[in-house]
Parts: sequence; structure tokens; C-alpha cells
Amino acid sequence: MPVTIDTDGSTLTAHIQGEIDHHSAAEIRRMIDLEADKQHPSVLVLDFGEVTFMDSSGIGLVMGRYKLAKTYGGKVSVTNASAQIKKVMKLAGLERLASIE
Amino acid sequence: MKVINELKFSFPAQSCNERIARMCVTSFISEFDPSVSELAEIKTAVSEAVTNSIVHGYRNRSGKIDVQVRAYDDKTVYIRITDHGCGIGDVEKAMEPLYTSAPEEERAGLGFAVMESFMDKVKVKSELGKGTTVTLCRKLVSADSIIHNQQERNCGR
Repeated sequence: MPVTIDTDGSTLTAHIQGEIDHHSAAEIRRMIDLEADKQHPSVLVLDFGEVTFMDSSGIGLVMGRYKLAKTYGGKVSVTNASAQIKKVMKLAGLERLASIE
Repeated sequence: MKVINELKFSFPAQSCNERIARMCVTSFISEFDPSVSELAEIKTAVSEAVTNSIVHGYRNRSGKIDVQVRAYDDKTVYIRITDHGCGIGDVEKAMEPLYTSAPEEERAGLGFAVMESFMDKVKVKSELGKGTTVTLCRKLVSADSIIHNQQERNCGR
């Protein structure tokens, strides 16, 4: 299971595990969207604490969830990303779309 | 510049092999004592190039990807990733940040931008209908000790 999901009130947290690349992103996306579509949380938290590797497929993943959240007025927040992952996210200017902690 | 070690491998263009390809390259480069961030950046750049070949070169159809990695005695590493897919009509356009020909797959269009920012040099040779070769080059700044060890070992043979 590359994603486990917690719900706390209007916040939905997706804890992503392992490596995010083109291969794994499809399943991660499917699992997050399944819950986000049902719950329309006001904040979708993407927890990168257990992500060991990410390429630009991870950027696509965050951007796609941002677009989805926007359709129902929600926000996206990225937490616990390692320095290396933050470097890839900053390169894409993701901090303009989602809060990155 | 002398080649001190070389690795060549080929694999079918399937997305499950993206991970294997970057693991092979990082295992080879680990021998040269790179810093954690050098290794992570090279790994990311390789992942981008291989993914481009699978998604764009072969458009998710079957094909073969060839990888050649070379380490030189001046601590430079060259990684050449070749596909025999459809080729890129306009390389300059393909390398523009945020340009993607596969938005439906949630591709951010940042593959080349990541490669260019994480590597010292990125060279793209492509011919329509023939395929694409991407060459990534990075000089390891923290690699003295191991390369000397390797040279000593080579001399001892």
C-alpha cells in the first residue's frame, strides 16, 4: 500500500510511502483521489515523511491534487518532505500552489 | 581523460524498470564515493531521462532502452540513455520548462528542467523515427579517495 489515509474533521491526510516515479504515481494518485472525491476536504495534506525518492512525477502528483482541490474550494499542503524532495518541488515553483512545510 | 570503469545495460521500456534503471546507475556511481545529494540528484536525472523514453519515445509501446555509464579519472561521470522510439521533432521545444506532450498523464513537463538543474551538462541527440539519446554529465566533487583507491587497485593487476 503506497498510501494510507487519515481523516480529521475537514482535513484529509495522505501518508505516501516509498518512491514516487512515473510507475508508482498512478496508483498513489488513484488512492488519494478516491478519498478526496468522496470527502472534499478543505485541506488535503500530502505527507511526504516516508517518501524515499521523488522525480518530476511527484510534481505532477502535487499539481494534479491542487487542481482537484481547487474544483471544490479546497487547499493542498505538503508536509515532512526531505531536503532533496523540497529541491525538486522548488524547482517547479510548487510553493506557489501548495504550502510546503 | 581516462575511463576507469564502465557499465552497460539494456531493458524493455516498461515503467516498472524505471526504478531498476536508476538503482543500477546509482549502485555503479556509489563506488566513487559521491555525496548524498550528488547521488540523489543523479538518480533523479536518470529517472527523468528513462521516463521520457518510456512515455514519449515509445509512447508506452514496447521497445528497448540502452544505458551506458562511464566514470573518468577526473571524477566525471557520463550517463547515456538511448531509446529507439519515435524521436523528438523539436528538441528545443521539448526542453522548455512546463512543455509536455502528455498532459493527460499528469506529466509536469519538467523532466529536462530537472536534468539540467541537477547535472552539469545535458546533451540531447534525436532523429524522428529513429530515437533519442540523452547524455548526462556530472563531475563528482567529493570523489577523490575512491578514485585513487580504484586506480591503485587497477595498477596492482
